[in-house]
Amino acid sequence: MRIEVSRRQMPSRLFAYLSPVIALALTILLGAIVFMALGKDPVQALYSYFIEPLTETWSLHELLIKATPLILIAVGLSVCYLSNNWNIGAEGQFLMGAVAGSAIPVLLPEFQNYLVLPLMLILAMAGGAAYAAIPAFLKSRFNTNEILTSLMLVYVAQLFVDWLVRGPWRNPQGFSFPGTITFNDFALLPEMFPASGRANIGILFALVAAVLVWLMIRRTLKGFEVRVLGQNPRAGRFAGFSSAKMTFFAFLLSGALAGLAGIIEVAGAVQHLNEKLSVGYGFAAIIVVFLGRLNPLGAVVAGLVLALTYLGGEAAQISLQISDKSARVFQGMLLFLVLACDTLINYRIRFIAGQPSASAEGN
Amino acid sequence: MARSAANGDALLEVRGLTKVFGTLKANDSLDLSIGKGEIHALLGENGAGKSTLVKMLYGSLQPTAGEILWKGKAVSVTSPSFARSLGIGMVFQHFSLFESLTVADNIVLSLGPGHSIEQVARDAERLSQEYGLPLHASTHIGDLSVGERQRVEIVRCLLQDPELIILDEPTSVLTPQEADNLFVTLNRLRDEGRSILYISHRLEEVKAMCDRATILRHGKVVGECDPRKETAASLASMMVGSEVAEVQRETREDKTGEILLEVRDASLPPATPFSIGLKTINMAVRAGEVVGIAGVAGNGQGELFDLVSGEVASTKNAVFLRGQEVGNLGINDRRKMGAAFVPEERLGHGAVPGMTLTDNLLLARHASDAVALQRFGRIGWVWEEMVDKATKRICEEMDVRKSAENPAASALSGGNLQKFIMGRELDRQPSVLVVNQPTWGVDAGAASRIRQALIDLAASGSAVLMISQDLDEIFEVADRILVMHDGTIAEAGKAGDVTREKIGLLMGGAHTERDPEETSMEADHAH
Amino acid sequence: MGMLEAILLTVFTAATPLLIAAMGELVAERSGVLNLGVEGMMIMGAIAGFAFAQMSGNPYIGALGGMAVGALFSLLFAFLALTLVTNQVATGLALTILGLGLSGLWGEAFVGIPGVKLQPVVIPLLSDIPLIGRLFFAQDALFYVSIALVFAVSWFLFKTKAGLTLRSVGDNHHSAHALGINVMRVRYLAVMFGGACAGLAGSHLSLVYTTQWIENMSAGRGWIALALVVFASWRPWRILFGAYLFGAITIMQLHIQALNLGDVEFLPGPIYGILSLLKSIPAQFLSSLPYLATIVVLVLISRNRRLTLINTPAMLGQGFVPDR
Repeated sequence: MRIEVSRRQMPSRLFAYLSPVIALALTILLGAIVFMALGKDPVQALYSYFIEPLTETWSLHELLIKATPLILIAVGLSVCYLSNNWNIGAEGQFLMGAVAGSAIPVLLPEFQNYLVLPLMLILAMAGGAAYAAIPAFLKSRFNTNEILTSLMLVYVAQLFVDWLVRGPWRNPQGFSFPGTITFNDFALLPEMFPASGRANIGILFALVAAVLVWLMIRRTLKGFEVRVLGQNPRAGRFAGFSSAKMTFFAFLLSGALAGLAGIIEVAGAVQHLNEKLSVGYGFAAIIVVFLGRLNPLGAVVAGLVLALTYLGGEAAQISLQISDKSARVFQGMLLFLVLACDTLINYRIRFIAGQPSASAEGN
Repeated sequence: MARSAANGDALLEVRGLTKVFGTLKANDSLDLSIGKGEIHALLGENGAGKSTLVKMLYGSLQPTAGEILWKGKAVSVTSPSFARSLGIGMVFQHFSLFESLTVADNIVLSLGPGHSIEQVARDAERLSQEYGLPLHASTHIGDLSVGERQRVEIVRCLLQDPELIILDEPTSVLTPQEADNLFVTLNRLRDEGRSILYISHRLEEVKAMCDRATILRHGKVVGECDPRKETAASLASMMVGSEVAEVQRETREDKTGEILLEVRDASLPPATPFSIGLKTINMAVRAGEVVGIAGVAGNGQGELFDLVSGEVASTKNAVFLRGQEVGNLGINDRRKMGAAFVPEERLGHGAVPGMTLTDNLLLARHASDAVALQRFGRIGWVWEEMVDKATKRICEEMDVRKSAENPAASALSGGNLQKFIMGRELDRQPSVLVVNQPTWGVDAGAASRIRQALIDLAASGSAVLMISQDLDEIFEVADRILVMHDGTIAEAGKAGDVTREKIGLLMGGAHTERDPEETSMEADHAH
Repeated sequence: MGMLEAILLTVFTAATPLLIAAMGELVAERSGVLNLGVEGMMIMGAIAGFAFAQMSGNPYIGALGGMAVGALFSLLFAFLALTLVTNQVATGLALTILGLGLSGLWGEAFVGIPGVKLQPVVIPLLSDIPLIGRLFFAQDALFYVSIALVFAVSWFLFKTKAGLTLRSVGDNHHSAHALGINVMRVRYLAVMFGGACAGLAGSHLSLVYTTQWIENMSAGRGWIALALVVFASWRPWRILFGAYLFGAITIMQLHIQALNLGDVEFLPGPIYGILSLLKSIPAQFLSSLPYLATIVVLVLISRNRRLTLINTPAMLGQGFVPDR
C-alpha cells in the first residue's frame, strides 16, 4: 500500500478545526497502547493522566500556574511562526526575562512599594525582548539562521542563570544552596483565590495577551502584514512590507511575552530565582503553538491541554509508578500527530493498494 | 476527425486518452496520431490541455483512461525513463534543468546507467556542434541564457537518439532569429526521419513549418488539419472557439504629453549570483502613451520592474514620477503619487496564492487607499466591509469568473486572476501603470480584454509601461518600442515604423555592433 | 604520554560525534531536506547505544544499535515531512522534542549504571610513529569511521552517478521528477542515512565520550552539527575542519575549568598570565563558549550572502508534491 497526497484547491475548513482534535484523540489512543506495553491498566492510566488532575481544586490551580507561561510564550511564538520567523529560543528569553525582572527584588530588597511589581513586569518584558533582539538582529543584518542562533542562546541563558544564582545573586543565608533571596511581598504576584490554591493573576495576563494578539492578527493591517510576509515574502515586498522590520517585530513581541512569562513564574509560583527555573516551557510552548493551529486563542486551549499533561505525568507517577518522563513523550507524540493531521487541511490523502509500478522506479 | 488520419505507419497513436484532476477533465478522450518523419503541431490556448497530454506521452503523468500505441503496440508509459527507452524525447517549456550543475551533469542525469561523465561531455559537445547548437559541457546552467538552456535541453534529448521529439512551446523564450535557427534544426531532424510533436499557440510558425496540426480546446480535440492550407484566422477560430474581440485603438500619432515616468542613468548590481544587473538605463513614458519593452526573458526585465516600482531602492535621482525624484522612495510612496504596478508572476508576487481576493486587494492598496479601507483613525484597523465592496466592484468590472464568493487567489484560473490583478490597479485610475508580461499564460479572451484596458488607460491620459516577451502583443498595444538585452535598454522606434527583424536583432544584443545604416535610422528615433 | 598529546586526544574524542552527525545531515540537506531533528536522533542513538551495549555486553553491538535506532527514528520525520509534506522546520523540532522525551523514559533504568566502553583499536606499527602515531592510529573504531565517512561522502556526492542524482534532487525536485528520478526514494534514503549517522554519533557519546547514560547528554551537539553543515557551506571537507575546531573549543574550556594553576607555574610568564586570566572567568561562561562560538561562526559565514546563495541546496526545506 502507498499513500498519495494531492493539494486541495481550497484549504479545508472542516479539518482546520478537526485536525487538533483528531491529533489529541490519536495521542490518547497511542498513549493507551504504550501504557499497555508497560504493563499498566490503560483505562486507569489515562484516568490519572487526564481526569484526575481536574477533579481537585488545588490541582486546578496548579493547572493554571502551568498553563500561564505556556500560553504567554505560545501567543508570542504564533506571531513569529505566522511570519516565518523561527524563534525556538523562547526558553532563553523566558530566563532572561526572569533575570531582568528579578533584578529589583534581589538588588534593591529595601525598595518596597506598589511600584515594584509593575516595574518588574516591564523590566522582564524588556529583558526578554532584548535577548530575542539578538537573533533578530543577526537574521536581518547578516542573514544568519535564526533557528540555530536563538537555540544556542538558550544554553547561554541557562548557564548565565546558573552563574547568577550560584555567584553574585546567591542568597547569603541560603546554606550554600543556589538561588536568590525569597522576594518580598511587594514583588510577588497576588493570588486570585488564596483560600483554595496558589493560582495567581498571571493567567489574566496570558488571557489578555491572547485576545489582543488575536485581534491584531485578525483585524489589523499589522496582522495582515504578519500573514503576508509569512506566506510569501516576495508578495510582501510588493505590498511595501519589510521582512527585516517584521523579524524584529515578531522576535521582540515574542521575546517580551516570554520574558513576562518568566517573571510571572518567578514572582508567582517559585517566589525566588533559582537554577531549576528552566523546565522547558519555552519548548513545550512550541507544541502549544501548533496544537493551537498558530491561533492565539487556540493557544489558550492548547496551553491548558499541555499543562494537563504535566500534571497528569506527576499524578500518574504517584498513582501508577509511571515515570513522569512519560509526559514529555506524550507531548512529543502530540506535536507529531498535530503536524501530521494538519496535512489534511491543505491536502487530500489517498491510500492506494498495491505496489507502485516497477518501471516508475526510474534510474 | 482525428482517427481518420491514423494510418498504418503511425509512429505514435493515442486513443481516448483522458486525464482527470479532481473534478477537472484536463484531457477528455483525446485521439491523435503522429506519422513517421512528420512535424505535427499541437495547437491550443493556454489551459487547453496540451501540457497534460504531452506529460502523459512522456510518462510524467499517468492517464485516467485511454491508451497509447507506439508503433502499433499498446504501451503503458509509466515513467520518463521508460518513454526514453521507447524513443520518445522531450524538450520542456519550463526547462527541467539543474542550475547549480554543469551541462554535462544535466545530460548524464537523463541517461541510463553506464555512461561516464567524460564520454557524455565529449558526445554532447560533438553533437551540439553538428546541429549548430554550440555548448560547453563544463558550464554551469545558472550561467547560461534562456536560449542556451534550451540548447542543452535539445542536445540532451538528441543524445538519446529519439524517434519522436516533443517540444513544448519552444519559441516562446527565443528571439525571432534564434527561433529561425531552431526551425533549421527541426527540419534537419525531420529529414533524418524523426517525428516531432510541436506544441505552440503561435499560428504563423505552425503554418510555416508543420505538416499536420491537431487542435485542442477545453481538453478536447476539436479538429485536425494541414496548417499550410489554413489561414491564421481560421486556425485561431478553431483554437479559441469563438471570435475574440479585436483590440480597438485610435490611430497612432506622436505623443507629446508631459513625461510622467522617467528613468535616468539607473544601474543596479545583480541581486543574486545567477541574476543580471541593470546598466545605465534611460527611458521616459509620456502621458497618453504605451511604451512596450521587448526582450527575451531574463535580460533584466524583472529588475527594471523592481527598480521602477520601488521594490528595490536605488539612488534618489534614478527614477522620476511626474517630475519628482522618487528613486529612494518605497513602493507605497510611489503608489500614493498615482503609480500602479502589475508584476510578472501572478501567484507569489502580485498575489499571495493562499489568500482570498479581499486580502489580495488589501495587498496592493492598503497604503494608497488607507482612508477608504481603514477605520478608527490611524491604528491600522482594516475596514472589511469596504474591502469587500471594492473587491466585488473589481470582479464585476473586469468580469472575473470565480467558483466561490471570495476564493483564494490560487483557485482562480490564470486569466481570471490576471483580470483581477489588473482590475485592482485600474480601479484606482492610476496616472502611471507599469506592467510586466500582462497576458503571459492567459486565455485569448482575457488577454484581449487586458490589452484593451491598457490602451484605454493610455487614451485617458495615463502613461503605460508594458514589459512583454510577446512581440505580437507589443505591436498590438504599444506606441513606442524599447528592447532590453543584458541589462541595457535600446530604443527601437515607433510601433508603426519598426520591423520585427530589427527588434529581433536588438533582442539578441546587436546594438553593440550596429552597422552605419542602422545607426542613422536609430538616430532619427532617438530623442 | 605528554600533556599536549592528552589534550589533543580529547579534542579528537569531542570532534568525532560532531563530525559523524554533521556528515549525515550534510547528505540529507544536499537532497533538499532540512532535518532539524539531529539532536533528537542523536540522543536516541546515545540511549540505544548504551542499552544495546549493556544487554549484549558488546559495545560494537551498542554502536550498531544506536545507528539502527537513529535510522528508524528518522523514518518518523521522513514520513511526515516527505510523504505528508509537513513543515520541515516544525517536524524536525518535533523529532527533537520526542527524542529527548523518549530517551529520558527509556534511559531511566540506566541512570547511574557504569557503561561498556568502546576500547581503542591500536593499529600495529603505525601507532608507534612518534607524535602522531598514538593520536591517529590508537583510537576507537568510531574515529576511523568518522574519517572514512568524510572520504566516502565526498566521493559519493561528487564522483558517483547516485551522488549526482542526490544533488540534482536538492537543486530542483521538479526537474528531477520530470526526468523520471524518484525524488521521494532519494530523499527517504538521504534522511535515513542522516538518521543512522546521528544515531552512531549519539552512541559515541555514551560508549566513548562518557561511558554512562545521562539524560540530555547530547547537550546541544545535534544543533552544533546542524550549524557545522551551514558553516561548511555543504562541503564534506570543511565539516571535518569545523568539527575539529568545535572539538577544540569544547575541550579547551573544559581543560581551563579543570586547570590547577599551581601545576603550570613552570610555564613562561605571558602564557601563565593568560591561563590565570582565563581561569578567573566563571566556569559557566567558559561552558557557554561552544554555543557562542557557533553563533559567531554562523554570522561570519552567512555575512557573505552571495556565497550562501551559491552553496545552499536550492530546494532545502521545501516539500515536494508531484502532479498526479
